[in-house]
Amino acid sequence: MAEKKWMPRWFYQLASPRWCYQITGKLLPWFTAAALVLLVGGTVWSLAFAPADYQQGNSFRIIYLHVPSAILAQSAYMLMAVAGAIGLIWKMKVADMVLKSAAPIGASMAVLALVTGAIWGKPTWGSWWVWDARLTSMLILFFLYLGVMALNSAIENESTAAQASAVLALVGLVNIPIIKYSVEWWNTLHQPATFKLTEKPAMPVEMWLPLLVMVIGFYCFFAVSLMQRLRNEIIWRERRTGWVRELLNKQ
Amino acid sequence: MSFNSVSEFLAMGGHGLYVWLSYGLGVVILAANLILPKLGRNRLLAEQKRRLRREEGVR
Repeated sequence: MAEKKWMPRWFYQLASPRWCYQITGKLLPWFTAAALVLLVGGTVWSLAFAPADYQQGNSFRIIYLHVPSAILAQSAYMLMAVAGAIGLIWKMKVADMVLKSAAPIGASMAVLALVTGAIWGKPTWGSWWVWDARLTSMLILFFLYLGVMALNSAIENESTAAQASAVLALVGLVNIPIIKYSVEWWNTLHQPATFKLTEKPAMPVEMWLPLLVMVIGFYCFFAVSLMQRLRNEIIWRERRTGWVRELLNKQ
Repeated sequence: MSFNSVSEFLAMGGHGLYVWLSYGLGVVILAANLILPKLGRNRLLAEQKRRLRREEGVR
């Protein structure tokens, strides 16, 4: 090929489903171990050792599930939109598969964030649900995930489905800053962000350290689940190729 | 430890229902995210192996 390659080598390797299948196979056990240690350790720490909040008491412990799942729901969405853009621009099949695989996981994270928020809202605000800017924009995020999943299952042709869901994912990206700034732009019951990149957290270290552990644990868990789904998708779409045939014979 | 006994831990200062409901749901959702892809993989591999055998039988 005479075409000049202007992206790093790994970018082109990523485009190969076979290479992706092999590299994720090597990465999976490490991420699984990390997720297990961080989530089990983080949960015990959050439930039994972190101090109770002086106003909210022990219902405060819901934060250790609520914040990580809300962060992941947004991160997974951004990953999905980036994969969608890469798929549209470079026609990269693996990016289409990442987009499709991330949607159900992100949707489940949005559900977890919404429901733990509702459960937390009951003792704290006295209501399961309020039509507040943060809660509403988060609900829209969940519907965007459902939209991407619906497009993928309704459109038979794989590349058409990928294009349609990539466009939806990119259009829906506008919702992400709305979620982030909803607590600043509108009067809301929801408290502002716990972690900011530029400032020290407002809570004491015994409270935010377990939260950080849980957030990293959720990221590792997301990576594990995403890689599993991606590998299934790779096998399905590459089922006619020689290397998948070999792999099936070896099993 | 921020609790003195197991029953105190379970009660969560009167917020036990909310806390344990949240963590229960968390476990269910995380488990589903591992089990569903695993089942999908088993089904996919079995189907494709069957297809391979069938195609080899025809030849």
